[in-house]
Amino acid sequence: MRELHTKLISLFPIGELTEQRPNLAFVTVPQEHLRSVLLHLRDCEGFTHLILLTAVDWLEEGQFQLTYLLSNRTAGRDIGLRVMLARDGATMQSIHDVWPTAATYQRELREMFGIDFPGSPRLHEEFILEGWNDIPPYRRDFDTLKYAEENYSQRPGRETRDPAAHMKQQLT
Amino acid sequence: MKDELKIRVVKGPDGVEFEVEPLKDYYCEAAPTVMPAAYIKIVEDLFNWARSESIWILGFGTGCGAIEMRPLMTPRFDAYRFGVQWRPTPRQANLFVISGYLSTKTLKRAIRSYEQMQNPKYVIGLGSCTINGGMYWDSYNTIKRLDDYLPVDLYIAGCMPRPEALLAGFQDMKKLIRAGKAEGANLYAENFEWYKANQKRVIHDWDMPDYNW
Amino acid sequence: MTQNAPFFTPDRSQYPSKKADGTLDIDLASGKYLKLWQGPNHPGITGNMSVELTVCGDEVVEGKTHVGYLHRGFEKLMERRTFIQCFPIVCRICVPEPDFNEYCYAAAVEELAGIQSPERADWIRALILEMGRINSYLMYLGGQSGALGLGVIGQWTTYARDLMLDRFEELTGARIYHMFIMPGGVRDGLPEGFDKRMEETLREIESTMKDVYEVMFCNAVFKKRTVGVGYIDPALVDSYGITGPNARAAGVAKDVRKDQPYLIYSQLDFEPVVGHDSDIYTRADVRRRDVLVSVDLVRQMLAKMPRTGALMATVPNVLHWKIPRGETYIRGECSRGEYGYYLVTDGSGYPRRVNVRGPSYTHAMTLLERMIVNINIADVASLMVSLHTYPPEIER
Repeated sequence: MRELHTKLISLFPIGELTEQRPNLAFVTVPQEHLRSVLLHLRDCEGFTHLILLTAVDWLEEGQFQLTYLLSNRTAGRDIGLRVMLARDGATMQSIHDVWPTAATYQRELREMFGIDFPGSPRLHEEFILEGWNDIPPYRRDFDTLKYAEENYSQRPGRETRDPAAHMKQQLT
Repeated sequence: MKDELKIRVVKGPDGVEFEVEPLKDYYCEAAPTVMPAAYIKIVEDLFNWARSESIWILGFGTGCGAIEMRPLMTPRFDAYRFGVQWRPTPRQANLFVISGYLSTKTLKRAIRSYEQMQNPKYVIGLGSCTINGGMYWDSYNTIKRLDDYLPVDLYIAGCMPRPEALLAGFQDMKKLIRAGKAEGANLYAENFEWYKANQKRVIHDWDMPDYNW
Repeated sequence: MTQNAPFFTPDRSQYPSKKADGTLDIDLASGKYLKLWQGPNHPGITGNMSVELTVCGDEVVEGKTHVGYLHRGFEKLMERRTFIQCFPIVCRICVPEPDFNEYCYAAAVEELAGIQSPERADWIRALILEMGRINSYLMYLGGQSGALGLGVIGQWTTYARDLMLDRFEELTGARIYHMFIMPGGVRDGLPEGFDKRMEETLREIESTMKDVYEVMFCNAVFKKRTVGVGYIDPALVDSYGITGPNARAAGVAKDVRKDQPYLIYSQLDFEPVVGHDSDIYTRADVRRRDVLVSVDLVRQMLAKMPRTGALMATVPNVLHWKIPRGETYIRGECSRGEYGYYLVTDGSGYPRRVNVRGPSYTHAMTLLERMIVNINIADVASLMVSLHTYPPEIER
């Protein structure tokens, strides 16, 4: 992975390499260079399989992290590209023309995180949720317990403990 | 609202144009009515006996519980020997097994399927998640109490219940029917407004008629 | 239509014209097209999902997959649960083959927490994964033949699956949700006399597979309706993210067990099953042969497995268990393809983000929507089953 990183860093202004395993590494890529890095990895380095595309919400830092995981089957190694986006008004260029499957991931990200991917097919159709009227549910500031209590009636008599509060009580 | 539900003008094969309003024209909007018992008790008992011996289940796997239906259909557990069988359409079924958690999206389909079933009809809630939310008690997308939305006659607890538990549940269901205590459909008709209000509270994009059969 | 398509599939793609933006010009009011929903309450659908078909005559001109009927928001729920509280709920993500969730989650947590699971636990984990794979394939074979009206195969394979579930029950105490592979190891070792009963079960499964071969794969009707139908171009395998038997039936020997061996697979002797014709028949045949490979693997594992040793590594007190910031991706080859967990931790006692990569995610959405065009309505169910879709892993 090291020699790949030295090759990449001579071409693109990318960040440091985080080696998780000998065959898995993560690297941060600036938003505007993502597409060229992806195309380079796909066409020149043999990372032809997009494993997944997902987002992590770093609420405290006001950022979304998009993770593009690519795999090179013949060399047996994977690389994850991290892209940091500003949290409010998050917009990212679509890669559905590079990997057609990315369109589905982008639909999910728009619905569950509210990240916009202009140009992605059927982006604004409902994917998983139906008639959703709150903030996108995978965002960290969405409280699922509160939503559940407000919307669905619980059967009386059930003892439920909030895991967070219960753990705090246990830890002290 | 979806495109196919909007009012549109359709040209028939004979060239005559006419307006179609899918929500009104495709469904009969009449509230359900309470089905009275037969005029004499012995006839009602006969009916109940006959109903209890032919439990036909709607083959709609709404959640994980559907995985134990296949072993029940096959010789190992063989629910057919109790007169229980699976039917593909709501019109032919009289027992709706809600097999597990219902997300609000499935709840909408479950309500429609239930209302399309013919009287007499019964509902079994399968698994802990239909009773009080189970594992998904804090989930934003699943309902916590099935009996708020559909009239449940019997619950089978477990996560997930074994096929033997289901067989025992079917036997209990038979006893209830034979004793004339499985009155879920009548309950639904009596408290129709209450059920509809509950359903509309969780289904935010209600784009179907209030009752369709 | 690709040029590699079999010669007896006529080109019927000219029906609806395309608009300027590439979408199909389908005017429902013209009476030429009809919109049909297959699912969610439909016998010819794999689980609780639906396909919105637009048909012209009996040919599909457009298909859209709709999922979300089984969405429980696992990825959100796990952010509210501690690492050990996540362990009992992950198996609920995929019902017919829950063990991969347990393994991938446990391995991801172990990697980030720097725990090494004992060798004996690795062998038992691999044994459970192979048993689950046999179960899942047996269920698939019943579904595939059932979609074409051959009900008896489902009766036989479900019986064989029940025998395997008995072995599961013996080993883990549960039929469906085993909750056996914990972060750190496994809960228990093999019970007394397990090998002997397992051998009997494997023999029964082998004889069932022989019957299945004779009745299903040599059946003229089955052949007529599956050979040459539902062709996947091998060139699409990478761009559409196709993995597992679907890719192997197209001649691409994609198998995580060989490409990036996990657990103890490098010590076992097997070859990935590869087909060539990439149609429904080949995909079914690849899975049938894969069952036999798994049966062989279970035998090899039982022969080579160490019988003594630790089952659990030392795990910190789960109430105080905090994992430093990091991210990782763990994958395994489940019966449908590549199953993976992407886990991000932030130094607290809760996962920051868990993302589940189910193989059906790509198969049932982009791939199915492409393949379903120009298919006869009667073949839609069989095509969908042949991709081996489990909707809960699409929407979690």
